[in-house]
Amino acid sequence: MIKRGYYGNFGGAFLPEILVATFDELEGVFNDAKNDPIFWHDYEQLMSNYSCRPTPLTYAENLTRLFGGARIFIKREDLNHTGAHKANNVMGQGLLVRRMGKTRVIAETGAGQHGVATATMAARFGFDCTIYMGEVDVERQRPNVFWMEQLGATVVPVTDGTRILKDAINEAFRDWVTHMDTTHYVLGTACGPHPFPEMVSWFQSIIGKEARRQFLDREGRLPSRVFACVGGGSNAMGVFSGFFDDDVELVGVEAAGRGLDSGEHASRLCSSDASIGVAQGYKTYFLQDNDGQMRETHSIAAGLDYVGVSPILSDLKEKGRVRFEGATDSEVIDALSLTMKKEGVIPALESAHAFARAFKEAPKMSADDIILINQSGRGDKDIFTIADAFDDPKWKQFIIEKAKQYHA
Amino acid sequence: MLESYIGSRLNEKKILLMTHIVIGYPSLEASREIVRTMAAAGVDLMELQIPFSEPIADGPVIVKANQQALANGVTVDQCLDFGREVARQLPIPFLYMTYYNILFKYGVERFVDHMKAADMQGAIVPDLPPEEAAGYLAAMKTHALSPIFIYSPTTSDARMKTIAQVADGFVYCVARKGVTGDQTEFSQQIGDYLTRCRTATHLPLALGFGVKDKSDIEFLRGKADIAVIGTQALRLVEDQGIAALGNFIRDLQK
Repeated sequence: MIKRGYYGNFGGAFLPEILVATFDELEGVFNDAKNDPIFWHDYEQLMSNYSCRPTPLTYAENLTRLFGGARIFIKREDLNHTGAHKANNVMGQGLLVRRMGKTRVIAETGAGQHGVATATMAARFGFDCTIYMGEVDVERQRPNVFWMEQLGATVVPVTDGTRILKDAINEAFRDWVTHMDTTHYVLGTACGPHPFPEMVSWFQSIIGKEARRQFLDREGRLPSRVFACVGGGSNAMGVFSGFFDDDVELVGVEAAGRGLDSGEHASRLCSSDASIGVAQGYKTYFLQDNDGQMRETHSIAAGLDYVGVSPILSDLKEKGRVRFEGATDSEVIDALSLTMKKEGVIPALESAHAFARAFKEAPKMSADDIILINQSGRGDKDIFTIADAFDDPKWKQFIIEKAKQYHA
Repeated sequence: MLESYIGSRLNEKKILLMTHIVIGYPSLEASREIVRTMAAAGVDLMELQIPFSEPIADGPVIVKANQQALANGVTVDQCLDFGREVARQLPIPFLYMTYYNILFKYGVERFVDHMKAADMQGAIVPDLPPEEAAGYLAAMKTHALSPIFIYSPTTSDARMKTIAQVADGFVYCVARKGVTGDQTEFSQQIGDYLTRCRTATHLPLALGFGVKDKSDIEFLRGKADIAVIGTQALRLVEDQGIAALGNFIRDLQK
């Protein structure tokens, strides 16, 4: 009896017995892939032919001038196919599914990014695809539901629990325990039972590897500080992993929602509201009550609205290797607005958390310093959410008029 | 202790009956009445599920019961009081069924101490595989309480033997893939699976997931030692009320 997949005190594999054999198989295939240099080569090829990799490193000259401190660079994961870093993970897992000979994939999705990415992967590889999505998220992310369905996936709204991301994960597990012979569960973030945290981080490490090389090629040096938003933690793990062995400060930015004191947030590592627990198959910090029941979370960004966090990040926090900060909903809106007007790039609401924090710290740093912000996704595809967040009257009028056309 | 109780009951009955409730669903008072009704109708042992917000191994009926109990405001302390009350009053063994986070947050040792003091006999924790269970196993052993582990049709023979080394009381054999409450086809396949389980352990075998009526139990007679009725009893209470429960349970054992 060997305990598997621990990062310090966190991680593990708290699996129902029915899934143990499935995880053994997955771990075996993953280990083979990891030790096979051809696999990573094939993966990089696939990502360059299908998903715009390597993604650019953009120097944010105007923002740099505005803040007058550190030079600011942006890693453009928004330029991946389907508009987010999620593509890195799903295409990698798609290659593993092919190795296992399975024919169907399932996934959970919050904002819909991971669902859309999984649906494209399934279409490309010829897999059947079912996406579980909390009913609340289905309502707030209709455009992504539309695309998943057009791509051939079945989208199942989840009506249990709080009807958001964590409930979609539970429902995906329930599907999996029934259909594991033919089906792989493409977990979207660096959470869940071993080997998911390691496996998802490994696929996302393509971000950090590239960014490191790009800095050395272009600047002849590494950044002083790297900022990434943290929901489950996969984009943060991806970009951070390029700099773990370097003298680079790593900053994870969580959703502080309506403020850390409000109780309405999704900050597990930068607030004192979370405590260590075991749920959804792994041990980490969870936002839970004293009985161990998971609490409702809040964020303006659906992709950060989650009770748990990668066990690897919990460990890195305890070891002091990564610093965690929060950005509130209103700080995020301001940062997003500023980034669009100054640089013409449109970060996703999730990614804008990293921008908001970087903007607070940049002015206090010197001109010799370099900041890297990971723009994990693009915001223009979430036009409904962002228009609501900006409370834009002209957009509202447009929607009212559009609705009238459907009634006509 | 649990194992010897099961052994002596099996001298009187060919197959025992274990039932399940979610504490606090539909209310604490109703739970009390359900437990009394079940015990009076001749149930041999019972699982008391402490509700959890993320019941990952349960199907829709029990998931809903967990949520409703929590929405009613049921706390872990109330559940433990409830367990103590019924375990002391009624002459059958009671087990807790819950997910690991409930024990973890309460403190595993403290939880197990409480179980002992409350005359509970053991616990089923479906998301705690033996690999992760060292602390729990030690605490259970100290108090001679039974950690009930699970076999599934996907569990290899070798793993079944390993699990048998740490299991106590009986082994809970899951009839099929999937979650609680789905349809199970009682066929030769289940017979073969139970034979495989029997080879791996000397402990009594309980079979659950999808057991719903007399013919299912009839099929299991001679193959398993305990039939587990979970979702079906919950459905019955929802559809016909607690009053219908006594006859249903008595009828299963005729």
